[in-house]
Amino acid sequence: MSEAPPEYRKPIPAPSAVSRPFWEGLRAREVRLPRCLECRRYVFYPRRLCPFCLCERLEWVRASGRGTVYSYTVVRRAMNPAFQEDVPYLFAIVELEEGVRVTANIVRCRPEDARVDMPVKASYHDITAEITLLKFQPA
Amino acid sequence: MTLKRSAAITGIGEMRPSRSPDGKSTLGIWTEVAREAILDAGLTTPEIDGLLVAPPITEQAAMWPSILGEYLNIHPGYGNVVDLGGASACGMVWRAAAAIQSGLCRAVLCVTGEASDVETFYAPRAPRARRPVQQLPYREFEVPYGPMGVNSGYALIAMRHMHEHGTTGRQLAKIAVDQRTNACANPDALYYGKQITVDDVLASPLVVDPLHLLEIVRPCTGGAAIVVVAPDLAGAAPRAPVWLLGAAEASRGIMLSQFDTITTSPIAICAPRALEMAGVAHGDIDLISVYDCYTITVLITLEDAGFCPKGKGGPFVEEHDLTYAGDLPLNTHGGQLSFGQPGLAGGMSHVTEAVRQLQGRAGKRQVRDCELAFVNGNGGIMSEQVSLVLGT
Repeated sequence: MSEAPPEYRKPIPAPSAVSRPFWEGLRAREVRLPRCLECRRYVFYPRRLCPFCLCERLEWVRASGRGTVYSYTVVRRAMNPAFQEDVPYLFAIVELEEGVRVTANIVRCRPEDARVDMPVKASYHDITAEITLLKFQPA
Repeated sequence: MTLKRSAAITGIGEMRPSRSPDGKSTLGIWTEVAREAILDAGLTTPEIDGLLVAPPITEQAAMWPSILGEYLNIHPGYGNVVDLGGASACGMVWRAAAAIQSGLCRAVLCVTGEASDVETFYAPRAPRARRPVQQLPYREFEVPYGPMGVNSGYALIAMRHMHEHGTTGRQLAKIAVDQRTNACANPDALYYGKQITVDDVLASPLVVDPLHLLEIVRPCTGGAAIVVVAPDLAGAAPRAPVWLLGAAEASRGIMLSQFDTITTSPIAICAPRALEMAGVAHGDIDLISVYDCYTITVLITLEDAGFCPKGKGGPFVEEHDLTYAGDLPLNTHGGQLSFGQPGLAGGMSHVTEAVRQLQGRAGKRQVRDCELAFVNGNGGIMSEQVSLVLGT
């Protein structure tokens, strides 16, 4: 795990050997998803095997980075004090065009403007020298 | 194979919830409610030969059954931690019955409880500095985005349910109001004597949209225990035994992003199985005692358990009086929303209340001619589910 710059005090993802290509993709401003070479289904979060057919061979595929808001909430009280500066903020599940769902924040959107099923696109946020977070903004 | 009438609950013990521990420890609370339940069942500690405990949320230790067994001088032939979150209590009931039916034991003590308050419950439990972050998927793919514990998860469910089915804030608020009416008939409830209205709920602060403060359970201190016994012991118990008539369990993962749908829960799988095992229909049920960490939990439980069609939970709770004197008595102790949520003992409160009602000792809030109860335990973010049918 890398040392975070002192100004970033929120939890920082710790990539595993399995998930590292996902995080490397974000650094390169791409959403990359694992896809099973056997049953051809997309898999997210990254796993060392396909949970649908147990095949251990998966490939990394560049995704469009586009999707829709499956559901969202406005967090008005932070549980972790490091998020207090952001309240109220949007916390959402986004369904990507490839069919998988990811948890993320919606940014560049006022809380009152957020809608379920709203089209969104990827937004990349460098938080450390190594880690870039995937967030979404209205498309 | 069936668990129908394989075992009965013959004793309950429950501590009155309090806002803070006031010097009590979790282990101390466990022994207090365990003692009460064993005495209520008319048993002595050497007769307890099974021990199930639920792990506290805010404290960690290994081998909880051994710790508690030693303290109480109980030496079980069957011991386990039941780790189903809020569904642990209901999960204990059928596990106890299955162990009894298999001949492993005859009297199982099931214990839940926690010395906790709002501050300790919501205190951030960040991994210690210089230690590797645990490689758990939710730490890597959810926590960096600032979820508010499970609150934000239930908010996502409520928001999507409103979108799919037109459910309104007023409909959800009605659940909190009716349960508060019940709590006002229960002197042990944390919010006894504090009636609220739908407007009060909607005027309380939004915490995680669309959920308001009065729709969110309050962590507190408390505990509850039950004793589950074999049929021959049930016959000799001082009180009328409460029989397990039906049970089923269903679960799915832990992260909402992994579920096919977040507005239908695994209750849709386990509730029909439990009712079928009991051989009863929805109309036969006299008491609904179901997990209510949030208003939306109750609404979805009523739909998925089949008390109303999917998506019609909103109009359904508006059309029915959910109070102890109403046409559809639900969470007559106040539910966890108004009784309090003492860790995983919150889930046990739905079992103990069903036992009280079925034994006719619910006092002012007694439901008339109460013979059959539907009980549901819910863990995680509507992921772990255990449905029970209890009866006289």
